[in-house]
Amino acid sequence: MENAFGQPQSVVVLGGTSDIARAIVRKLCAARAETVVLAGRDPAGLAEAAREAEEYGATRTEVLTFDAEDPASAETTVAGAFERAGGPVDLVIVAVGALGDQSEFEDDPAEAVRMVTVNMTWPVAALTAVRTRLLAQGHGRILVLTSVAAVRVRRSMYLYAGAKAGLDRLCQGMSDSLVGTGVRLQLVRPGFVRTKMTSGQKEAPFTTGPNEVAEYVVRALSTDDPVVWSPPVLRYLFVVVRHLPAAIWRRVADL
Amino acid sequence: MTRLAGWGRTPAAQSSVVAPSSEEEVAELLARGPLCVRGLGRSYGDAAQLAGGTVAELTGLDEIGPVDEAGVVTLGAGASIDALLASVLPEGWFVPVTPGTRQVTMGGAVAADVHGKNHHRDGSFASHVESLRLATPRGVFDVSPEADPDLFWATLGGMGLTGVVTRVRLRLLRVESDVVLVDTDRFDDLDGVMAAMVEGDERHRYSVAWVDCTAAGSRTGRAVLTRGDHAPAGAEPPRAPRTGRLGVPFVAPPGLLNRLSVRAFNEAWFRRAPRHAVEEPHSLGAFFHPLDGVADWNRLYGPRGFVQYQFVVPENAGETVRAVIERLARSGLVSFLAVLKRFGAGDPGHLSFPMAGWTLALDLPVGAETLPDELDALDELVLDAGGRVYLAKDARLDPAKVAAMYPRLEEWRAVRARVDPEGVLTSDLARRLHLVGR
Repeated sequence: MENAFGQPQSVVVLGGTSDIARAIVRKLCAARAETVVLAGRDPAGLAEAAREAEEYGATRTEVLTFDAEDPASAETTVAGAFERAGGPVDLVIVAVGALGDQSEFEDDPAEAVRMVTVNMTWPVAALTAVRTRLLAQGHGRILVLTSVAAVRVRRSMYLYAGAKAGLDRLCQGMSDSLVGTGVRLQLVRPGFVRTKMTSGQKEAPFTTGPNEVAEYVVRALSTDDPVVWSPPVLRYLFVVVRHLPAAIWRRVADL
Repeated sequence: MTRLAGWGRTPAAQSSVVAPSSEEEVAELLARGPLCVRGLGRSYGDAAQLAGGTVAELTGLDEIGPVDEAGVVTLGAGASIDALLASVLPEGWFVPVTPGTRQVTMGGAVAADVHGKNHHRDGSFASHVESLRLATPRGVFDVSPEADPDLFWATLGGMGLTGVVTRVRLRLLRVESDVVLVDTDRFDDLDGVMAAMVEGDERHRYSVAWVDCTAAGSRTGRAVLTRGDHAPAGAEPPRAPRTGRLGVPFVAPPGLLNRLSVRAFNEAWFRRAPRHAVEEPHSLGAFFHPLDGVADWNRLYGPRGFVQYQFVVPENAGETVRAVIERLARSGLVSFLAVLKRFGAGDPGHLSFPMAGWTLALDLPVGAETLPDELDALDELVLDAGGRVYLAKDARLDPAKVAAMYPRLEEWRAVRARVDPEGVLTSDLARRLHLVGR
């Protein structure tokens, strides 16, 4: 069960090899997390993440694989993860996504569909199943990782950022739908984070590492803030960014 | 489904709430599946909720029987201290033990084995219970310290997990008035107040100190000690206590109780207290239940709620109380007036909280980043001293520490297994602390 500070005892991670998710899980295991279920694509990476969770204090870990390019797999993946948790699930982290170098595939419609599927369609299908299960439990918390890139989409990564924007806005509504139910959904919007997903990319201002993101996320568990910005200053920066005229935005976005 | 939370308003969960009105209905619920028992929802954490499950609100079993010549009264589990006092105080009877609020039921008082300002002299609630009737998945039992003492003592402090209390036979206290004569003393530091309690508590039925945990340096632990006794019969005839008039109509914005406002409050409150006053008459309500005058005061802590951290350490571990207060003063965490009390000997309840020694209770708003780890560190201090935290207040204890704090946990589980082998009785607290299965 979750405690008064929102610290969970059982955690399900969809996208279990994500560097940010792993950093969050490490902190949760050091606090109260006992059971950790990790779902992802890469069995070796999942095994490594599970070993790490145990090292940080988890007493039971389980892994399962899924294919984020197949939205039909979302429901069974969620069912399998909850079954492996073997009891109430306090926290579900949705950290599924793919970035890549858009200039290499932006002319290919199939690639565009793949980007939207992995970054939005699969997560939405999974969230729908998670939401139903948590409502039945009468309690629970969902963390959805999107990005500040979703707040203002830029041309060099509009497929990734546009799909994340869809997920982000949809989750705002889903979060509101859960008020008063004992279930909470919190959005996490990190700025540029040094991870394997972003390796080789040019760093942006206010770049952080995954541990910093995890720090802000774990803090937000006890405040119930609907949106977690990392670092927090980005909340204010993006008030400005959101309203920049398009001509200026085009010039500064990909500096 | 209904949203339920503890008095600390965290963490909230949805449960289906049922309100049985008879012992038969309670038995039917027990036969149906997992069940959590709730009274007036005054436990601070998650002891009286069950996310996704069924919660039985016992407030319907509220009968109050006549008081016999020995002062014993038979009460329904859902009868509150408030209702009991309204009924028996005019006849010159008072509750033998009362916590800081009248809004607790008999069932809740049994489940938490509540204590009051007279613990050093009169023990906790259990010491005044003649017998109780307990509906369990294996049948209904009348238990007392003589008849099935194991089940009796597993239930007193058993957090509602050994069965559903349906009736309590309670021994009341004879009083001659509705007035308490109160001595007040102000102390500039912790040593002073603790020495005065050791030296003088025995002379009074009631004794409690309020400590300012925001004062640092040489004023660390400055405190106001109030001690009192029931006044003898006077001109005024005993009358029922007045009910609350003020209320908090909405949830306060987060941060209303911040470091500055709490400091200012503590300062004003400390200065208002007389340095030394003797035998001032106070009404029962003002002395025992001052916060009952402000309905829903827990809303002042805002939407994130608060945790109450209450621990006890043995008599010889007074230094731990000092260490905790110093740590808090240094940490910058906001803590409203803390309550310090010297306990007398504990009772045989397996999970009963009190033990001879010092207990300190702190109200802390949720939201401060360092609070979770700080409280974990305080747990270590408390454990090192051989102490424990109070389960009725808890919303955050590390389950790995429960068995060390409550060394008779296994014994308690064995008694419980006898009447509830399938684990029907449960709660979010029980699941979180692994008192029973997940």
